[in-house]
Amino acid sequence: MTANNTIITDFLMNEMHLTADLAFWVEIVVVAAVYLGVFAVLGLFLVWMERRVAAFFQLRLGPNRRGPAGIFQTVADALKLVSKELTGTEKRDRFLYTIAPYFVIVTALMALAVLPFSYELQAFDINLGVFFITSVSSVAVIGIFLAGWASNNKFSLIGGMRSGIQMISYELSTGMVIVAMAVLTGTLQLSEIVGYQQEHGWLILSGHIPAIIGFMIFMIAGTAESNRTPFDLVEAESELGSGYHSEYSGMNFAYYFLAEFVNMFIISAMAVILFFGAWLSPFGITDGIPYVGVIWFVIKTLGIVFVMMWFRWTFPRFRIDQLLTLEWKYLIPISMVNIVLMAIVVWLGLTF
Amino acid sequence: MGNQQFLADKIRTEEYLLNMGPQHPATHGVMRMVLKLDGEEIRDVEPVMGYIHRSIEKMCEHVSYKQAIHLTDRLDYLSSHMNNEAVALLVEKAAGIEVNDRIKVIRTIMAELTRLASHQLWWAVMGMDTGALTTFFYGFRDRELINDIFEETCGSRLTMNYSLIGGVRYDLHENFVKRVKDFIAHFKKKLPEYDNLLSNNVIFRKRTEGIGILTKEQVIDFGMNGPTARASGFACDIRKKLPYSAYDKVDFQEILATEGDAFARYKVRILEMWESMSIIEQLIDNIPEGEHRVKTKAVIKLPEGEFLQRVETARGDLGVYVISDGKKNPYRLKFRSPSFANMHGLNTMSVGTKIADLVVNFSTIDVVVPDIDR
Amino acid sequence: MGNTELKNIIGSWSENLTFVEEGSEFLIVEVPANELRDIAEKLKTNKDTAFDYLFSLTGVDYGTELGIVYHIESTTHNHMIVMKVKTEDRETPNFDTVTDIWAAAYFNESEAYDLFGIKFNGHKNLRRIFLDDDWKGWPLRKDYVDEFNMLTR
Repeated sequence: MTANNTIITDFLMNEMHLTADLAFWVEIVVVAAVYLGVFAVLGLFLVWMERRVAAFFQLRLGPNRRGPAGIFQTVADALKLVSKELTGTEKRDRFLYTIAPYFVIVTALMALAVLPFSYELQAFDINLGVFFITSVSSVAVIGIFLAGWASNNKFSLIGGMRSGIQMISYELSTGMVIVAMAVLTGTLQLSEIVGYQQEHGWLILSGHIPAIIGFMIFMIAGTAESNRTPFDLVEAESELGSGYHSEYSGMNFAYYFLAEFVNMFIISAMAVILFFGAWLSPFGITDGIPYVGVIWFVIKTLGIVFVMMWFRWTFPRFRIDQLLTLEWKYLIPISMVNIVLMAIVVWLGLTF
Repeated sequence: MGNQQFLADKIRTEEYLLNMGPQHPATHGVMRMVLKLDGEEIRDVEPVMGYIHRSIEKMCEHVSYKQAIHLTDRLDYLSSHMNNEAVALLVEKAAGIEVNDRIKVIRTIMAELTRLASHQLWWAVMGMDTGALTTFFYGFRDRELINDIFEETCGSRLTMNYSLIGGVRYDLHENFVKRVKDFIAHFKKKLPEYDNLLSNNVIFRKRTEGIGILTKEQVIDFGMNGPTARASGFACDIRKKLPYSAYDKVDFQEILATEGDAFARYKVRILEMWESMSIIEQLIDNIPEGEHRVKTKAVIKLPEGEFLQRVETARGDLGVYVISDGKKNPYRLKFRSPSFANMHGLNTMSVGTKIADLVVNFSTIDVVVPDIDR
Repeated sequence: MGNTELKNIIGSWSENLTFVEEGSEFLIVEVPANELRDIAEKLKTNKDTAFDYLFSLTGVDYGTELGIVYHIESTTHNHMIVMKVKTEDRETPNFDTVTDIWAAAYFNESEAYDLFGIKFNGHKNLRRIFLDDDWKGWPLRKDYVDEFNMLTR
């Protein structure tokens, strides 16, 4: 248990005089509520950010009427989505159609729960941290594929199948980059990766060449994992209408929509943890102050999210065979060579 | 390929029909395409047209020639000026009405501005179809400048109705020359930027190079024309072959390419935009003085016989064919529309490729669906 | 190539052709319906005429007869010719298809069928392309009556 849990359990046991068992359960409920709140606010904030960033690139203003700089626009959108009728096609597979959105939501929440927002704010510090995040993201593929299949719509089916194959291919690259960084740090546990960076400097600097190659591969594969342009032929609006979520409306659609943005945040957060020192400040200026790490973490992650949004509004999209060629013929060999390179660099002690 | 044949024998796959329906973001209008697919590969494309068939040809048989010009705006609404000009030129040639140089120069400048506006819209939509959603905004933003110029002189932005039999409807606005020159100076800086955004992008090149190749013989056999056919090497620019209005007085090149793939069609249109700007620059400074309208009879009757007039719209070669029996309404008026002819090539281009390639091909053919359906 | 040379070359292929030159800027060749394919093929394959670009295919209702007007152009010699066929049969008019000579005729012949009711023998997929599949009547004929949809004076 990390510092956060003991603070809450201490508070509950000493101030509120609860027994250890009850304190344990209340604490779980509190942390779960906090994370649901973080998920919701994060989703809404990222949608607002996407719209403002898109407007910035397209030389227009974004939402600017609801609230200062349009901050409450997504709240209005969320209220609208909640009040919509949940339609679906007549011949859909009811059970699969209904449970499909929950796969993506639950896995996004689970991945959020292990991120180290700061030294004190990490809900679960599992010793397999990084591995846990990748495996949980893999389960999200099922949600997208089921949505495509269960909708009884050929366009959704094409979108779902494209997505399935795309996501399972690009997980290999992300996995291999993570292995390379694990070779450098010697651990998969997230707090220890950050601890390594506290001593040796950010991994992108301390691992120099293999880490930089790893970062570029991770950015490409991560964009593909979250189905963003240039890899968004899954939901290619110009070709398929809306892809796998064409037949969803209202809250079900909101689940997919928010989950896409939160997935983008998780991928960026992983890039920041593995390469840019999570909640550490540059040159260690504010490392001693508790809880300030959150600000650094959020700033760095939003920076990478901005770059991913920049990609979306600039590049055309790939065709499915070009996308798979890129992965299997180029990225996987490069990432395999990268692992070997990193191993040689660590063995010879050439890190900073 | 050995292993594909092996898979085809051992694994049973089925073809399925997919309907890229009348409402679809990629079909540029209301047209339906029925695709027979095997996985992602297209086996057959059948276009189903007629969702916007208004029977303009039948309507033209009941109206006079002056009124028929109003109906031509809505054929290919992105080159509405050239459509009006086609009917006006046909009636003037057949009835023996002479127009002065000022009218010819005004018509040519308006035609080239319309061509620029149409190609800008094509570029905006082409980027959007391949996934670069920002190009839509950039293209339309600059097109607004041309629309504003049109609005000042002609009164409307899209369906101009500006050419009449015997001239143009209103004289040029006093700001016209200055605004056009400002626009040309502004767009000359922007066009290289826009072209750079797509042409030098590896992803776009891989999406368009080698896709939808048509040879020159196929293009001639299918009756295709316009920039689509010029990208395969078929020299079909009516402005060069049968010059009309002021095109014999200006110096411009006909853009041809040889590869015949989607990227060649893209390049041809971008270079045509440069040529249009060059034509406007040559004409804008020396617009001759004169009347903007020549006096004609109130009721115009063409002599008996048949007449054909061809103009180069932004899509290709529009032919207006009139059979007249001496009365004031045409006996038969036929519009040979370039988009309808270009549709013949779609099947050959697309069979064997993927759905994403169909979208790119369809976007480079640049059809306007009301032009197909009339 | 001028009209007289074209007349000589084309006139040498068949006895039943009529040439008209006034009332049009191009040479008009009137072909009987049973010789349509023959003349069309010769027009395309002959080296001096080389008419390989079918510019337009128009259906016309002459009042008593129905006909098709072909505008054909040559891309090598840059001349254009007009070929006309007519039939008096208004109940079941039909001509031979030219889609294997000029592929551009494929949709154009469907359009002529849709609007005039002219059938083409040998066309692979003759169907109504613009109007609904269950539309009754042939709209562009002169004797078509439709009080609701038609614009009349």
